[in-house]
Amino acid sequence: MPIIIDKIDYTYEIGTGFEKHAIRNLSCVIKDGEFIGLIGHTGSGKSTLIQHLNGLVKATKGTIYYNGQDIYDKDYNMNILRSKVGLVFQYPEHQLFETDIFKDVCFGPKNLGLSRKDVELRAFEALRLVGLDENLYYQSPFDLSGGQKRRVAIAGVLAMKPEVLILDEPTAGLDPKGRDEILNCVKKLHDEMGITVLLVSHSMEDVANYVSRIMVMNDGVLTYDGTPREVFAHYKELENIGLSAPQVTYIMQDLKQAGLDVDTTAITIEEAKNSILKALGKI
Amino acid sequence: MIRDITIGQYYQTESPIHGLDPRVKLMGTLVFIISLFAGKSIWAYLFITVFLLIIIKISKVPLKFIVKGLKAILIIIIISAAFNLFLTDGEVVVQVWELTITKEGIYQAVFMVVRLIYLIMGSSIMTLTTTPNHLTDGLEKSMGFLKKIKVPVHEISMMMSIALRFIPILIDETDKIMKAQMARGADFEHGNLFKRAKTMIPILVPLFVSAFRRANELAMAMEARCYHGSQGRTKMKPLTYCKNDYFGYLILAVYLIVVIVINIFVG
Repeated sequence: MPIIIDKIDYTYEIGTGFEKHAIRNLSCVIKDGEFIGLIGHTGSGKSTLIQHLNGLVKATKGTIYYNGQDIYDKDYNMNILRSKVGLVFQYPEHQLFETDIFKDVCFGPKNLGLSRKDVELRAFEALRLVGLDENLYYQSPFDLSGGQKRRVAIAGVLAMKPEVLILDEPTAGLDPKGRDEILNCVKKLHDEMGITVLLVSHSMEDVANYVSRIMVMNDGVLTYDGTPREVFAHYKELENIGLSAPQVTYIMQDLKQAGLDVDTTAITIEEAKNSILKALGKI
Repeated sequence: MIRDITIGQYYQTESPIHGLDPRVKLMGTLVFIISLFAGKSIWAYLFITVFLLIIIKISKVPLKFIVKGLKAILIIIIISAAFNLFLTDGEVVVQVWELTITKEGIYQAVFMVVRLIYLIMGSSIMTLTTTPNHLTDGLEKSMGFLKKIKVPVHEISMMMSIALRFIPILIDETDKIMKAQMARGADFEHGNLFKRAKTMIPILVPLFVSAFRRANELAMAMEARCYHGSQGRTKMKPLTYCKNDYFGYLILAVYLIVVIVINIFVG
């Protein structure tokens, strides 16, 4: 179900003297089955934007349509929206509370008012989807490693069977192995389940390898919106707003300047390798 | 919603009140509270109101901001007003069923409400214009004489400053936890009292876990920097009085005398 964001504005703490304009006149469309990377510097408004998508934060101006319905309509059911647009926050510590992992994952579907059997079936399915070791299901969520906690947090949202999955910096604070595992898991969900995924990150490497579309936010404004190739072509402008293109882009630019005829739009290491080998006449 | 709590918050700006020594402000708050309970006549309250408004004006804190802090104690105000209104004996004005409203009751209730509101406003001005660190520094110094009877003044003030420092952090954390649980379909607004109390569990557990984790980390960080209590500890910015502070004390003394004089001659 597409999400249409129509000219939203959001200001924090109106009338307190601490006002902060977090989002300015932002419009975009998120289509079914897309895998989007939302990138921005700290404080660019990306976390605020994603909280709009499931109605946790209400825009001060403008509106959002989910599945053709205005989510700010008085009789719009926010609970249904929140089960359809699943939002996983940055810190799993903020949501884990039950005595064991399985019960914690049950929390979401239980809130939907399903029967006990359905709730447990969904929880099992979600835990299986995120690839958590079955021996851990009945252990305390507080004893897990950072990467495992993230998976449980994602499972907790997946158990509600969302059509859109939004992840806020799912790889922050993880080691490279944990990061790849989480991202591969998300990619699998997207490819196999057809879930629309919105990945918030400030690591270009993370998103370049996975997403098909990148949205760049700066100071509350959507600055760039396009395929990774299109966005990373602006690597000089990205630096000006505190971001950078993947390291591969820089290497390719340098190689090109040094006289090697490579494709500077390569964004993944695999593409770069092929392009360099081709330029050297090895394939 | 939860961010509406302004008690204990600091309002950053520059004003003569912000620049005062915290001890002057502590004393000022104490004097103000005493004057509130000493004042008996309308004239005394008129004078107190003018004084309060002038202080707010000088402090450059928007009045709206201070009034917003009153929302948190609205229920207490209403309850104490109701008690005074209905339970004071005297000349009956209105009688409905079992409830009687007396002339004295109305008088008492109005005074009680004004007192409570001014009490909160007065102490909000102190916290709004003083950083928590400054405040505890001031407390530690003013209470220094208690050290002679073995009261661990420094330790207590350190605990206080840590507690104050953590209020905004924990409020922020609560907000995030609530949002994370709402994203999983938790409903904090509907249902009866018992049900609502139960919905607090998914908030309280992560909040306690994180509070303990933070406390642990803080203790570790303090020990890593050799903190071992008050013994031999010096201050980077020791509190010293300057001209403005003596002037502040003078104004406070004049203020208190005027309130007492009004009481004696007009009351």
